[in-house]
Amino acid sequence: MKGKIANVGIVIVSHSPLVAKGTADMVRQMVGDGVPLSWCGGNAEGGLGTNAAGILAAIEAAWSDHGVAVFVDLGGAETNSEMAIEMLGEPRSSLVAICNAPLVEGAVIAAAEASGGAPLAKVVATAEELSPL
Amino acid sequence: MQINRALILGLIETCHEVIASHADDLCELDRAIGDGDHGTNMRRGCDAVYLDRERLGALPLPQALETIGTMLVMSVGGASGPLYGTLLIEIGRRLGARQNGADFANIVGEAIEAVAKRGRAQAGDKTLLDVLYPVHSEMVRQSALVHIAERAQQSAQLTAGMKAMRGRASFLGDRSIGHIDPGASSCALLTTAICRYLKEYHPA
Repeated sequence: MKGKIANVGIVIVSHSPLVAKGTADMVRQMVGDGVPLSWCGGNAEGGLGTNAAGILAAIEAAWSDHGVAVFVDLGGAETNSEMAIEMLGEPRSSLVAICNAPLVEGAVIAAAEASGGAPLAKVVATAEELSPL
Repeated sequence: MQINRALILGLIETCHEVIASHADDLCELDRAIGDGDHGTNMRRGCDAVYLDRERLGALPLPQALETIGTMLVMSVGGASGPLYGTLLIEIGRRLGARQNGADFANIVGEAIEAVAKRGRAQAGDKTLLDVLYPVHSEMVRQSALVHIAERAQQSAQLTAGMKAMRGRASFLGDRSIGHIDPGASSCALLTTAICRYLKEYHPA
């Protein structure tokens, strides 16, 4: 997928594999193959939880040189995503942003924005408009 | 080099054993105010490190700590993976870059600050920091290992009176009061086990 699409990538991280996959399905329905998309749900054993290695792999899978927007559900998903982003190393770490937005609504609206070719900052800002200040 | 190997293997086995034997208790604590998986998560991480102990024992201590920290990040999950992982990664890095005379307690103190930053938490938030900070202050005071262990256990007990400000338990608000924090509990268990190991096998 790398380099094929010049749009920002979207990564969905949930404690639940079903929530993560379901959210990705909704994003796909909206934008088709227009954005690089990947998800990571659950712990390493497939149960509820989070998994930094899986998140890192998801970011790699949805990689775009234009940046990647990451959507998370609860605290552990955010902390593990931050860790995974650091492990990417610079300069790539700086091209990944965790969005402060609701998981489903944020991912769908961000993907719609990204599919139009918006830059990462615009994609993130659009999603974050959903969160009250 | 033999001392290094024995120390690393001893610490890995000690930590693995204490978490394995208390995993159910930690899950029980976590079920009360969280998602109930702290013991399972910690055991998964310790199992991964334990399985790789021969390779880790061949590394110099700073690299071993950093590698173990990364393994914990990759295997534990939850918030505790990044938090415990950060602690060990930061201690390892600082130990590796240590200038002559740099104090181990200072190194641990800086690593604890990195954990606080990672979790965006502070003292009194009902987290493992409420054990790490008191343990650090005993280290600065050069307290005996047995006192460090006692302080760790007392500090974990004290989290019962606190209201959770971070993590899943914070969703419960005042209802989190009266329960010991699972992360503080695992931290006290590990600290106690490490102190006991160091006292028995490496008398000062």
